Amino acid sequence: MAHLKIVNGSDLIRCTAEGGCGECQVSCQSAVKTSSAVANQKCENKAEKSKAE
Amino acid sequence: MIHKYKLNGYGVVLDVCSGAVYCVDDVTYDILDYLEDSVEENIDKSIIERLNGKYSDREIREAYDELYSAFKGGLIFSKDRCKDEVGSELLNSPIKAMCINISHDCNMSCEYCFASKGDFGCTRELMTFDTAKKCIDFLVVNSQGRRNLEVEFFGGEPLMAFDTVKKTVEYARGLEEKYNKNFRFTITTNGILLDDDKINFINKEMSTVVLSLDGRKEINDKMRKTLGDQGTYDRIIPKFKRLVELRGGENYYIRGTFTKNNLDFSEDILHIYNLGFNKISVEPVVGEEYTDYTIDKDDLGDVLREYEKLLKIVYDMKKRGSNIDFYRFNIDLKRSPCAIKRLKGCSCGNEFIAVVPNGDIFPCHQFVGEEKFTMGNVNAGTFNGELKKAFSEMNMYKKSKCSECWARMFCGGGCNANNVHYTGDIKKPYSLLCEIEKKRIECALMLNVALSEQRT
Repeated sequence: MAHLKIVNGSDLIRCTAEGGCGECQVSCQSAVKTSSAVANQKCENKAEKSKAE
Repeated sequence: MIHKYKLNGYGVVLDVCSGAVYCVDDVTYDILDYLEDSVEENIDKSIIERLNGKYSDREIREAYDELYSAFKGGLIFSKDRCKDEVGSELLNSPIKAMCINISHDCNMSCEYCFASKGDFGCTRELMTFDTAKKCIDFLVVNSQGRRNLEVEFFGGEPLMAFDTVKKTVEYARGLEEKYNKNFRFTITTNGILLDDDKINFINKEMSTVVLSLDGRKEINDKMRKTLGDQGTYDRIIPKFKRLVELRGGENYYIRGTFTKNNLDFSEDILHIYNLGFNKISVEPVVGEEYTDYTIDKDDLGDVLREYEKLLKIVYDMKKRGSNIDFYRFNIDLKRSPCAIKRLKGCSCGNEFIAVVPNGDIFPCHQFVGEEKFTMGNVNAGTFNGELKKAFSEMNMYKKSKCSECWARMFCGGGCNANNVHYTGDIKKPYSLLCEIEKKRIECALMLNVALSEQRT
């Protein structure tokens, strides 16, 4: 049995090179505007890719 | 840098700079206590000696070898490459999102309202259609090559200016093809004025709807009152149910606020779920002035324990197939934002601005009414590019405490407005909110780990 199970890989390294298109929802960390905290947002490109797959 | 913790019986390790997330067993978890920022090929004998009474020699060596493989692959104790590689991307960006405070008036009088009962401390007024059109024109021009534009109708209560909302949406739609833009509208409402006509328009045009409700009737009605000091729960629940039902249950959030009065806010979240709403966001009260409902550092332990309690509830429900979606526990590791976006964090004053009824522009809705943060006016055609530049430079690396924090790639340096209002320094985060955010991230990652374990 593995002692160390990876749940998600090196996402940030890859998207350092590929990211920054600027087409996703803007981020707001305020508690007032609820639906745009950066941790809880999704990449539009990945969403499109997963739809196409 | 790594961050490790145990929650609900799961050992979770986050490699901060790569974003890799692991589920680890106890021996691996304990070995990590003796590793600082690298894994050598051969295990230091002192690690084996220290752990020998607890685990077998073989177990320790196996776990260590797996850590070494991950290290060789750059997936644990990885270096921060973002600062050098992304630095130049973190400056001025086109303005692509706008909060339109269409109404500086409200038909409710909530005790905790950060907008001073709707008028933001200014004159009570509604935005004219002429000013709203200028907002849309401003966004179209200043968004440059960005296609997806966001407009949030906010207030006060935006349904008090619903005719202007409708005309503004129609005007913006009329520009989409000509300028190759795609408008995404959002509206935040207290629900009092909702009727079928408004619901149908909202459901046709708004990509997201935020519906304000705090939870249990006694909790909601203690804070969320009409101008006549009556509770609002009974009036709004049927309207929210109808809107969500006609919307097919998609793209909405029930948005509640918790205060010192309901530190047992998991009960409110369950109440909202049991009403038939599965998309729920309940957030701590915002306000820098101390009141009898303000959450302060003495409440922090209770708040963090409540998030852990909520996590257990949400996890058990999800295991049984529930579709409950608590916003802050909802981190999608497979489709998470790119490093550039994460490091920018708060978009205010750079990609995102707020405009008030008289046309004045502010960095966001939370800076409204603060003269030194006025960025211009859409009617006068003025805009302070220097202030925009200053906000564009406020990325995570400019905030010294944040740039050393394990949660930085999930939080991006916090809310600039909160930093200014709570600490007086835009570069200094408010530690109480940091601790709350860190706990929510831990919960969300644990949920990812646990649900992935369930699938394997």
